[in-house]
Amino acid sequence: MLRDDATVEALQNASHMAEVRGRSLWADARARFFRNKAAVGGFVLLMMIAAFALFGGLLSEWEPDFVDFSLMGANASEGVPSFETGHYFGTDSSGRDLYARVVQGTGISLMVGVVGAVVAVIVGTLYGAIAGYFGGRVDGTMMRAVDILMSIPFMFVLILMLVIFGRSIFMLFLGIGLISWLDMARIARGQTLTIKNKEFVEVAVATGVHPLRIILRHIVPNLLGIVIVYATLLVPNMIIFESFISFLGLGVQEPNTSLGALISEGASQMQYGVLWQLFFPLLFFVFTIFAFFFVGDGLRDALDPKDR
Amino acid sequence: MALLEIENLQVSFTTADGDVNAVNGVSLDIDTGETLAIVGESGSGKSQTAFAAMGLLAKNGRATGAARFDGQDLLTLSQRELNKIRSHDLAMIFQDPMTSLNPYMKISDQMAEVLMLHKGLGKSAAITEAAKMLDAVRIPDAKARITMYPHEFSGGMRQRIMVAMALLCQPRLLIADEPTTALDVTVQAQIMQLLGDIRRDFGTAIILITHDLGIVAGFCDRTLVMYGGQIMEEGATDDLFAKPTHPYTRGLLNAVPRLDQDEETLRTITGEPPNMSRLPAGCPFSPRCAQVQPNCPTERPALETINGARRRACHLPVSEVA
Amino acid sequence: MTKPILSVRDLSVTFDVRSPSAWPWTPARKLHAVSKVSFDLLPGECLGIVGESGSGKSTLARAIVGTIPSSNGQILFEDSDLANMDPRQRRVHRRDVQMIFQDPLAALNPRMTVGEIIAEPLVTHEHGLSRKEVKRRVGELMEKVGLLPGLINRYPHEFSGGQCQRIGIARALILKPKLVICDEPVSALDVSVQAQVINLLISLQKDFDLSMLFIAHDLSVVKHISDRIAVMYLGRIMEMADAETLTTTPAHPYTQALIASVPIPDPALEKARPRPILEGELPSPISPPSGCAFRTRCPKAQPLCAGDRPVLEDIGKGHFVACPFHAPERALVAG
Repeated sequence: MLRDDATVEALQNASHMAEVRGRSLWADARARFFRNKAAVGGFVLLMMIAAFALFGGLLSEWEPDFVDFSLMGANASEGVPSFETGHYFGTDSSGRDLYARVVQGTGISLMVGVVGAVVAVIVGTLYGAIAGYFGGRVDGTMMRAVDILMSIPFMFVLILMLVIFGRSIFMLFLGIGLISWLDMARIARGQTLTIKNKEFVEVAVATGVHPLRIILRHIVPNLLGIVIVYATLLVPNMIIFESFISFLGLGVQEPNTSLGALISEGASQMQYGVLWQLFFPLLFFVFTIFAFFFVGDGLRDALDPKDR
Repeated sequence: MALLEIENLQVSFTTADGDVNAVNGVSLDIDTGETLAIVGESGSGKSQTAFAAMGLLAKNGRATGAARFDGQDLLTLSQRELNKIRSHDLAMIFQDPMTSLNPYMKISDQMAEVLMLHKGLGKSAAITEAAKMLDAVRIPDAKARITMYPHEFSGGMRQRIMVAMALLCQPRLLIADEPTTALDVTVQAQIMQLLGDIRRDFGTAIILITHDLGIVAGFCDRTLVMYGGQIMEEGATDDLFAKPTHPYTRGLLNAVPRLDQDEETLRTITGEPPNMSRLPAGCPFSPRCAQVQPNCPTERPALETINGARRRACHLPVSEVA
Repeated sequence: MTKPILSVRDLSVTFDVRSPSAWPWTPARKLHAVSKVSFDLLPGECLGIVGESGSGKSTLARAIVGTIPSSNGQILFEDSDLANMDPRQRRVHRRDVQMIFQDPLAALNPRMTVGEIIAEPLVTHEHGLSRKEVKRRVGELMEKVGLLPGLINRYPHEFSGGQCQRIGIARALILKPKLVICDEPVSALDVSVQAQVINLLISLQKDFDLSMLFIAHDLSVVKHISDRIAVMYLGRIMEMADAETLTTTPAHPYTQALIASVPIPDPALEKARPRPILEGELPSPISPPSGCAFRTRCPKAQPLCAGDRPVLEDIGKGHFVACPFHAPERALVAG
C-alpha cells in the first residue's frame, strides 16, 4: 500500500504542530561566538572598560580638571599613586588626578572609535550596497568618487582642517567620519556584487519587489555579517588614529583629554621618573585595542558563512 | 579471489554535533574486469565507502573493517604504501573534474608528472605517452591540445582528461564517483561509452557510484543499493531491476519517470532523506518504508543471501514485497 | 480556438561579451543566447522546454520573467507586451507571472523566516493587508504544498532540499498567478524527493488552473509533466510537439540523438536499443554556424544546411520541426 505524500506526511508530524521559533543564522552565530573563549574574554574585558569609562568617575575623589597647586612641580615625589591621597593612578605634572583623567580619556577614545565605526557602517554600507546593486554607470560614478576621496592624503587634510578651523572634538569627529566609511563602502560594494547574483535576489526582482526594498531586506541583512566584523576591527583603528593626532598635539583640546593625549603627555614626562603617567593610559589603551581585536576575530569566526 | 574485497566497513566522522556514522557495516567485492554499481541518494554513504577504500577520507573521518585489494588490507597500509598502490593499480575519477586538475598547469605537464614519477619516463617520452592516452579517450587533435590549460576545455572534455589521467598507469580498478552527474545527457552517453570501451580494451574493473538508475541499467554487471550507510540489496543488474526484493529498491524504481512509459502519477517514497546523525537503531529506511513492520525501527535486518547471487536486508519476506 | 495566454514572438536575447584584452571603445561581440524563438502557451497548459546546457532555455525563462532584458521580439502576455514596457509598468504585471528556481536553498534569503519569504509577494502587491490576514494566507498555502504551518517562524537552513523547494513553490503561488515558470525545479533534489515535488507541481497546476513553462534538461521528467515539449539547441527551437509524439516519433535529428542518449532504467531495453552517439561539441554561441545551428554535429547534414536557417514548419497535428530533412523515427524501440 502506498500513501499519498504531502498530506499524510503533514499528519505524521502533527505532534510538532506548535509554532516553533526558528534558529536564525544570527542565533547560530551568537552560539558560536560564545563558544570561543578568547572572544568572550575580549568581550568581557571590553564591557569592563566601557563600564570604567561610564561609571569610573563615581569612584574618583577628584574632578578631572581640578588642579592641585600644592602638587605642581612636586609630582615625582608627592603625586605617586596611592589610595590614601585618593589619587589611585597618581597625578600629572599639573597636579590633576590621573585616575579621573584616564576615565575621561577612555570615554573620549571609545567615543571616537564608536562614532567612526557607526558612521562607517551606516554611510558605507548603504553607499556600497546602492552602488553595487544598481551597477553600471551608477556604480562607476559612485565608486570613482570614493577613489578620489581615498587618494587625498587625509592625515594632511585633517591636520590642515584642525589648524585652520581650530582644534575641537567636533572637527575630529568630522574628519574621522569623512574617511572611515570609504573602505566600508568598497567592502560593502564587493559583497553586494556577489549577493545580488544570488537566486533569492532574482526571485525578489521577478516578484516585482521595489529596488530600495530589495537593498534593505535582501542585500543589507546579508552584508551585515562582514560589516560587523569589519566595524569591530575599524574601532581600534579609529582609536589609534585619534591617538596619533592627539599625540601630535592636534587632537582633543584641554581640559578634555583622550588616551592618546594622555600617553603623549606621559611620554614627555618620562624623564622625570613619573612612569605612572605613561603606564596607566597605555595600559587602558592596549587593553582596549586588544579586546576589540579579540572580539572582531571571534565575530569573524562566528559569522563566517564558510563555517556552516 | 576477488580484486577488491570490502568487509564490514564502518566510516564515522567526528563533528561539532557528535559522531556521525556515514557507513555502517558494508561488505562487497568486485572481480577483475567486472563492473559494479553502487546506487544511492545523498547520505547513503556510497561515496564514503569508496573514499575509505582509497584512503581519501576527510581528516575527521575514521574507517574500520577491512578493504583488501589483491589480499592486501588498504586500511592498514601506511600513506606511502597506499600511494604506491593508488598510482599503479587503483584510480578514481570524480564528479567535478576541475577539482582534481590544477588550473595553473598545462595538461601535458600534469599528465607527464604522473608518468615521470611512477614509470620513470623522461619528460618528452612522458608527454608523447600522455598524448597517446588523450587520443585513446578520443580527444580530437590531442597532440596540439595537450599544451592547453584545464579551463580551455569543456566539461565533457575535462572528464575525458580525468579518465585519461586515471588510465595512465593502467589501473586494474577504476572507481568512478558520479562521473557524469555534472554533464549533459549527450555528453554523458559519450563518457559512458568511453568507460565501456576501457573495460573492454584494458580489462579494467570499474566501480560506478551514482544516483542514476538509468546509466546503471546499461553499464553494470552487478548493482548494489545503499541507504543510510547500509546495503539494502545487491544482485545481478538484470535480475535486480526486473525483480527488486527490497521496498526501497522498488520505491526508487517507481519514483523515476521513464521516457518509454506513461505513468499517470509517480509512486513516491514519502518523507525526507535520512539524517545521518539520527538514524534509527533498526533499518535506516524504516521511517519512510510503506511496508514497515513493528520490529523494523528497532531491529536491524541482516544482509542475507538468497538464490545464491542476491543479497538483501529486509525483515519482510520476498514474496510480500509489493 | 482558445486564445493563448502567452505568445512569444521572435524573441532574441543577446549578451555583450568583452574580451579583457580589448580596448574600451572596441564594440563588444554579441553572444546569442536566445535567437528568434516563437511559441504559444494556452491557458492551463504545461509546455516543457528541454535542452542541454548552453541551449538558452534558462535565459528564455528569465527573459519572460523579466530579470534579463530581451533584445528583440515580443512577449505577449494577455495582450500586453512584456518585452517593451517600462520598469514601473512591468513591476505591476509581475504578480501574474511567477518563477520557481533550480537551487531550492539559494532561492531563499537565509536571513528571513519562511513566513516572511512566502509573504513577500503578497506584501509587495496587495497593500493594506492586516498582519493576521497575511499569516492566515501563508499558513493556508503552506498546508497546500505539504508544509506544517507551525514551521512559519523557521529559517531556510533548517529545512531539507525538498522542503525548501516546497517553500519556493508556496511563495510563487501565493498571489494566485496565471503563469508559473519552473526552471529546473527538481534537478537539485534526490531521486525519491524529486517524485514528491513533481507530483505536487502536477496537482497544484490542476488546483490553481495554472499555465506552466517547465524547463529542464531531463527529458523523462519533462515528458511526465508536460502537455507539449519544445526542444532547444543553441538558442533556437528545433522541434515542438505534444509530449507523446515528440518522445515516440521525434522528427528532428537532434531530438533523435537526445532521446537516444537518455538512459532508461531497464537493463534489457538498454542493451538492445541502438545507441547513435552524438559526436563533437556545442558550437560557440558567439559565432553560431550559418544556417542550421545543429549542422556541425548532425548525422544527416547536407550542403544545403549551411544556407538559410530552417524555419519551424508544421508537419501535421501541431508537430513543428526546424529541419527540411525531417523523418520521424521510432526512438525507443529495441533493436
